Amino acid sequence: MSGTSVRARRRRAARVSGRWFTFAVRRIAALVVLLIALSFVVFSLLYLAPGGPEQALLGTRPATPALSAALREKYHLDESFLRQYWLWLRDAVLLDFGDSTRTGRSVSASLADRVGVSLFVGGYAFTLAMVTGVPLGVVAALRKRTVLDRGVVGLAVVGVSAPAFVTGVFLLYVFSVALGWFPGFGAGEGLADGLWHLTLPAAALALSVMALVLKLTRTAMIHALDQDYVAFARARGVPERRVIVRYALRNALVSVITAAGLVLTVVLTGSVLVEVTFALPGLGSLLVDAVENKDLPMLQGLMMVIATVIVLVNLAIDLLYTLVDPRVRIGSAA
Amino acid sequence: MSAAAGSRGARRRPSPLMLGCLLVVAAIAACAATGTLLAPQDPGEQTLLTGVQPPSGAHLFGTDDAGRDILSRVIAGARAALVGPLLVVAGAALIGILMGIAAGYRGGWLDALVMRCVDMMYALPSLLVAIALIGVLGGGYYAAVGLLVVLTAPVDVRIIRGATLEQRALPYVEAARTVGLSQRTIMFRHILPNVAPLIVANSFLNFAYSLVTLSALSFVGLGAGPAEADWGRMLSDNLQLIDANPVAALAPGAMLVLLATSMNLLGDRCYERIFDRGRR
Repeated sequence: MSGTSVRARRRRAARVSGRWFTFAVRRIAALVVLLIALSFVVFSLLYLAPGGPEQALLGTRPATPALSAALREKYHLDESFLRQYWLWLRDAVLLDFGDSTRTGRSVSASLADRVGVSLFVGGYAFTLAMVTGVPLGVVAALRKRTVLDRGVVGLAVVGVSAPAFVTGVFLLYVFSVALGWFPGFGAGEGLADGLWHLTLPAAALALSVMALVLKLTRTAMIHALDQDYVAFARARGVPERRVIVRYALRNALVSVITAAGLVLTVVLTGSVLVEVTFALPGLGSLLVDAVENKDLPMLQGLMMVIATVIVLVNLAIDLLYTLVDPRVRIGSAA
Repeated sequence: MSAAAGSRGARRRPSPLMLGCLLVVAAIAACAATGTLLAPQDPGEQTLLTGVQPPSGAHLFGTDDAGRDILSRVIAGARAALVGPLLVVAGAALIGILMGIAAGYRGGWLDALVMRCVDMMYALPSLLVAIALIGVLGGGYYAAVGLLVVLTAPVDVRIIRGATLEQRALPYVEAARTVGLSQRTIMFRHILPNVAPLIVANSFLNFAYSLVTLSALSFVGLGAGPAEADWGRMLSDNLQLIDANPVAALAPGAMLVLLATSMNLLGDRCYERIFDRGRR
């Protein structure tokens, strides 16, 4: 790869922005290649499924000659493998993944129905996790090696270890069955009712996300507080509050942002399990339903959507990161 | 700044927390080893007439909807909870050792190739990939174990490669090379023992991760079958009984969290010790 950190650092601003543009283009190109490779694997599942593509597209429906013929026609099964892939990919780019083998509805319509609940729970959980995880991480870092720190770190270890579905069942029992404060299933209607219905699932999901955010913040904060600029700021008499928030935390958060891909993975994985636990009509329970019913087009659609989201978020982080922190070496990362 | 004083004496004696973790793991291992001997009743025995019962003297944790004793099933579930993750840990460590040491020691195109693959797989959400692949291809529990080996191995490869890179620069490796030892001897007889503590520490964390993932697979209906005593499976099957006998769902969940937390704490402690030793 071209360029070393020393040389990169000496570039003038104009040159750097030009390099950033090339970097962005190369990064996007790499991700397009990655997505095409992924789509090929996802498409091939049709042929890897037991019984072959026709059986996979029939799903659990009985095979009548008319239905078989219709499926062969619709999914171009009589074309060559590569041409089938090309036709599938062309449709997939336009978000057409075929029809569900169970309901007969188009996959994209089903996805559109379900995406709202998942986004709501995920966003709610993410907000809860950030609002609690970052301050706790900062406090633990400031009180390093005290009882408070040990307690917070202990909470993080439990949060990392407890899968969202177990936390979900415990919350369900305590707050829904025993106390009756929150409903145990369903997503509710409208914002207020939705918040009320989705608080328990979001809290279950938030615990694992918070544990991760807390750990990352604590480590980054301890590192930041150890830097010379913090010592100098304190020596100059900058108010402690300002030192912590403006000097240390701002720098610590940069490395927390870098780990956003990891956070996203935890949110996605956790939301599947939480949706099953609380019987929520979201993308996660759709995925599990699709697996149960051997609904291949639905699975393919879900996998492509999830993969694309992950890839795009990682791209956004990479690009933002190089903008936020100019010390990052551009060039060797792509 | 750092509290170095007094840590030397304290380091010798394991803390109560670590002893607790070891106790949990030992107890669960004992349950797994003795199997049904320890269980008060046959974990598979059904008494459909009585059905689901809350905890009582006869059934400490109550029964599920088929009248099976929950305590016995929780004890019997220890075996699945240990065996699957142990297989994943062993498989991932083996791949990690072979690929990580080779990539780190040889460097060059091999290193570039291995690390590219590792980077590609790093961002994958293992559980979702496993759900989709096992769901389409079938194969059940052991297919899930095999898939998890592949999905966990990149973590091992990356860690072992990093440690090997550090070791390669040390004088003993150069001495071994000067003496004319073969590459294989240097990699596996000289470098491997020096990176082994790291592999052990990471294996604890891998164990916790694969335990949770395998249970999650059983929870969504892939992995363990309905008749098997598996904590994840029990959790999902008994979720609907949460009004009649909450213990049926809470007990396996609590065991899962207990075992995973213990393993994570032990792994963190191992890492701390390795790090402390490096600092001295």
